[in-house]
Amino acid sequence: MISQILFIAITLAAIALFSFNLKKVIRNIKIGKAADRTDQPQKRLMTMIRVALGQSKMVVRPIPAALHFVVYIGFVIINIEVLEIMIDGIFGTHRVFGGLGSLYNFLIGSFEILALGVWVGCAIFLIRRNILKLKRLNSPELKGWPKSDANYILITEILLMSAFLLMNAADAKLQAMGAHHYITAGSFPVSQFLQNILPASEGSLIAIERGCWWFHILGILAFLNYLPYSKHFHILFAFPNTYFSNLEPKGEFSNMQSVTNEVKAMLDPSFTPPEAEAGRFGAKDVNDLSWVNLMNAYTCTECGRCTSVCPANITGKLLSPRKIMMDTRDRMEEVGKNIDKTGAGFDDGKSLIDDYITREEIWACTSCNACVEACPINIDPLAIITDLRRYAVMEESQAPSSINAMLGNIENNGAPWKYSPADRLNWAKEN
Amino acid sequence: MSEKLNIEVPTMAEMIARGEEPEILFWVGCAGSYDERAQKTTRDICKILHHVGIKYAVLGTEESCTGDPAKRAGNEFLFQMQAMTNIEVLNGYNIKKIVTGCPHCFNTIKNEYPGLGGSYEVIHHTQLIQDLINEGKLKAEGGESFKGKKITYHDPCYLGRGNGIYEAPRKALEVLDAQLVEMKRCKSNGLCCGAGGAQMFKEPEKGNKDINIERIEEALETSPNIIAAGCPFCMTMLSDGVKMKEQNQNVQVLDIAEITARANGL
Repeated sequence: MISQILFIAITLAAIALFSFNLKKVIRNIKIGKAADRTDQPQKRLMTMIRVALGQSKMVVRPIPAALHFVVYIGFVIINIEVLEIMIDGIFGTHRVFGGLGSLYNFLIGSFEILALGVWVGCAIFLIRRNILKLKRLNSPELKGWPKSDANYILITEILLMSAFLLMNAADAKLQAMGAHHYITAGSFPVSQFLQNILPASEGSLIAIERGCWWFHILGILAFLNYLPYSKHFHILFAFPNTYFSNLEPKGEFSNMQSVTNEVKAMLDPSFTPPEAEAGRFGAKDVNDLSWVNLMNAYTCTECGRCTSVCPANITGKLLSPRKIMMDTRDRMEEVGKNIDKTGAGFDDGKSLIDDYITREEIWACTSCNACVEACPINIDPLAIITDLRRYAVMEESQAPSSINAMLGNIENNGAPWKYSPADRLNWAKEN
Repeated sequence: MSEKLNIEVPTMAEMIARGEEPEILFWVGCAGSYDERAQKTTRDICKILHHVGIKYAVLGTEESCTGDPAKRAGNEFLFQMQAMTNIEVLNGYNIKKIVTGCPHCFNTIKNEYPGLGGSYEVIHHTQLIQDLINEGKLKAEGGESFKGKKITYHDPCYLGRGNGIYEAPRKALEVLDAQLVEMKRCKSNGLCCGAGGAQMFKEPEKGNKDINIERIEEALETSPNIIAAGCPFCMTMLSDGVKMKEQNQNVQVLDIAEITARANGL
């Protein structure tokens, strides 16, 4: 009875804490400007099903795709088991679904095989990160917390799967002994091999079985609450992020409505622009970006596919699209903490540009969209880079001098080079 | 393969004065108009249009930069000024269909002009060539033979990833009976030449290599006779790369339009 009350209390507390933190994350995302991503709901749904649920963009790299798929399927399906754990925890039952008979055996057997798959997958991921030291997983922007974050996630998953298998092994042994409360249920294709390492006494076995059961469920609840602090948030955000992804051709950059009104007024004196909302052109800080950009930042799991295909990064430039997303999230969290402390409107004198992302980075971008194409969950680092450039050029007039020269040429001659508009058709005349 | 243009290039103004309307407007673009290397491609596109008997016109001195480099560099004001001025000219001539000689102009007019009041059917010249081949109006005969030559095609970002056009340029090469070889990074995974996003107009940031060298090394790995391009900026970057690698005696960088014109003896 005490353990039931304890279980219910801990579960409710964990869910409450997660809701509290999730609300904060959503508030942070809402710091961003409005953007309408509600058109074509059917296409959006299909995109989400294909890209997030079906992981269609992962297959470009078959090895990590296969490993990730096993971990993903394992994660989703083994969570059916969590339902049973919840019911058992609340009502003090044991293997409440055991009555399903052969179906139950099939399910538990599948979970075990998947658990082994997840275990092996995570182990290989750890090896790739820490022993093989894949370049994509050891870039400068991953030093410190991001590297630890990745390892904590993988180790936790391995521990959770180990506890699950060990629990089953002890359970099966107790079932065979005919121990009280341990009904005969389940098939144990993987954990049967662990039985030999377990002690023979009923008391120790019950301690191990209970210990692993508690570790498994507490681990899951703790992991849930770790998400808001981690890159692992993608397991949830991948879904809204792909649903709200950009459906236009990648080459198309949005036209800024605020600018359209001003330009129209300039070209046509009779045009009266609608009341403009206050704000700057482009983005200096996270609140100038759109909520989609900010959701992108929370969704990023720092896999680095973007950076590994970025032509600037490949050739040794400072720009890394992954760092753009990480910086945006870090700055957003900082702004969020400021709001927690002092309420909205507090100015800490810092900004996304310069304090997080340097000019050198934004000017190294070729806008080639390789990063956008590479992202398995449709994150768009280029949109952020473009908005930072817009701020630098339109608010500050601070572009590299050759860019200013090019802009001057377009303004004066209608071409990015210094040629006379009168000579535009010379190519047809020169023989 | 003569570079001379023995045909008259009609302008919109002339055509309207004669009371005629073109089937299609050829948007030449700034590089196509002023850059010496790109001018050759421009002339070849005219030769192809003339050869198949399509009634076309150019804007000539009434054409102005689409605003693409301004927009990518972050100057939305200048972009929209250019766009609205161009749209006024295009709408004034009641233009319905446009073919461009540059993927950047193509992308801008096709995707970014409609929101500012300029909606046209826009195609890139490689799509025009594909259409003409499909319709049987254009073949690869009567000119230079590309039989057995090794050709590798470099996807321009704003044609490929930007607008999902991967097949049209390849189709134009397939009729040549040449040997098409793909680079390791091709189609949606293609590597940029290094010129996009207004990089064409500035020195690259500090790094350990220029992007066009990275790309040309990959292209040369396929040991091609010809590197095919579909964009004047890519043309500049790739040609420079080939020169830097001292391969300009062995490897030609040619636009799809140039290859098509040569194959047809235009």
